[in-house]
Amino acid sequence: MGSRERVTVVLAGTDEHDLTKLAAYRKAGGFKSLAKARKMQPQAIIEELLTSGLRGRGGAGFPMGRKASFLAKETGKPVYLVVNADESEPGTFKDREIMFRVPHRLLEGCLITAHAIESGNVFIYLRGEYTHEFEVLRAALDEVREARLLGGVTVVLHRGAGAYICGEETALLESLEGKRGQPRSKPPFPAVQGLYASPTLINNVETIATVPAIVERGGAWYASLGVENSAGTRVFSLSGNVVNGGNYELELGTSLYELIYRIGGGIPEGRKLKAVIPGGSSVPVLSAGEIQYPLDFDSMAEAGTMLGSGAVIVIDERCCMVQLGLRVAQFYQHESCGKCTPCREGTRWMVQLLRAIEDGRAEHSELDLLLDVCDRILGKCLCPLGDAAAMPVASYVTKFRDEYRQHIDEGGCPFGGESSLQGVIAPIDQHTLSPVAEVPA
Amino acid sequence: MTKLVQEIREIAGQYPDARSAILPALHLAQKRNDGWLPPQALEEVGTALGVTPAYCQAVASFYDMLHLAPVGRHLVEVCTNISCALVGAQQVVEAFQRELGVRPGGTTEDGQVTLKTMECAGGCGWAPVVVVDHGYREPVTAEAVPGIVRELRGG
Repeated sequence: MGSRERVTVVLAGTDEHDLTKLAAYRKAGGFKSLAKARKMQPQAIIEELLTSGLRGRGGAGFPMGRKASFLAKETGKPVYLVVNADESEPGTFKDREIMFRVPHRLLEGCLITAHAIESGNVFIYLRGEYTHEFEVLRAALDEVREARLLGGVTVVLHRGAGAYICGEETALLESLEGKRGQPRSKPPFPAVQGLYASPTLINNVETIATVPAIVERGGAWYASLGVENSAGTRVFSLSGNVVNGGNYELELGTSLYELIYRIGGGIPEGRKLKAVIPGGSSVPVLSAGEIQYPLDFDSMAEAGTMLGSGAVIVIDERCCMVQLGLRVAQFYQHESCGKCTPCREGTRWMVQLLRAIEDGRAEHSELDLLLDVCDRILGKCLCPLGDAAAMPVASYVTKFRDEYRQHIDEGGCPFGGESSLQGVIAPIDQHTLSPVAEVPA
Repeated sequence: MTKLVQEIREIAGQYPDARSAILPALHLAQKRNDGWLPPQALEEVGTALGVTPAYCQAVASFYDMLHLAPVGRHLVEVCTNISCALVGAQQVVEAFQRELGVRPGGTTEDGQVTLKTMECAGGCGWAPVVVVDHGYREPVTAEAVPGIVRELRGG
């Protein structure tokens, strides 16, 4: 698709203009979709969303129109719209850029969606660290309120306080209700009993910010972008060992090769590509030989991995894959909420085993033990956090087994201290560190 | 009624259930108490929202950004998740260790600066990311660290 014109939807206009102010956003055509939507029957908007094929951009990829049509009707309770802006999947920073560049597009999407599901209450749950984005959105919301565009809908901006698990929809709802962010058992699904036990639609920032374009140009137009089963564009977050890291909105179906080499400028200093994580740290890894795969839901499944949050992390030859596994496992151990035993205990086991392998204290049988621990987590918890630890680590061991074996055979890391991840201190290490640094001479 | 309790009740008015305001309330209480949540602050939050101080502590202890022990006047957080680590985050951590004389998790003796490592900050394409007093700096190389520390020490 190299010669095709680049289409942008969510970030449209942001390269040419500063769209953070309402006047500029309106000049670029903003809020026309809201006016159009408010003249449409709610069900007609949901039909357009169904036609568009828009799938959730948070990670799970569930079709938005279907999710909206599951909402329980005539319950006598209010219907809530909750926007998941708790972006925390390692490698992902797209929602942040959407919020600080086109806050009004997100707000317009919220108001259209609220009309479509007949909701008068919107909550936007932002990760606590995004203080700048919170202020940008607050200023935008003030402008929208003053311009009398809210139409009786209340929009509340809510800050989280640092917990990856709150990106999981039911944990987010618990947190928004003022509790520790621990996932709920499903069913009941949020569409039936969500926020305050009322019907609730939860969607990611990018998903909601796509809605105005679908209303403006029609679901069929959106469905014509991308490839089969993966309609439209996605904002891919490109990071790691790549020349031009950043967010790039591309049609689904663009190949990893094109993103990493043509758009991202390749690997710095002519180093060799070793591996790519195509959808955030929780998805299985691809080896350097697998980058011909297109970035869409079906192709990634065919490659044995997932499109996830659209975060592409590029890893060059200097990275030790045991250290990578250890760092990823440490993250999930730190973020496990502790509710389900396989995740709480399993992630700890993973870290211990990976540490032993890295330090050269493990035996060959422990590679299988590690895979066994991963298997005992997979699919056995209330939410996908445990899976998010087990899937990638199992893929590193399987795809780079020789490198893992080498650590055991050689009694330590074959990189001899030269790995790019050497010695990296994870937050979970801080509990055991001495508070005073040993300052090297 | 203290000013903090009053302010929290105003925030709580946005929600159908006051308890929903506990995170904004704890953020505010922390801001008013030198960056941490002493027992008195937990009591005020509890009073404002109609929950016990123990409940407030249980919630606060779940979230990384809420501190139940004193922290330095400035907070330096270095992201060491994979995207940042691949491009030199550990060298940035070590530069801060050298300049401040503390390990991650520690606070300088004069109580000025707390150094921490953090999980993915969401700036991966502009890595390494350092968050200074909740403001993102991207990218920060090890060479830029002495300047940041001078800035924090006001010199």
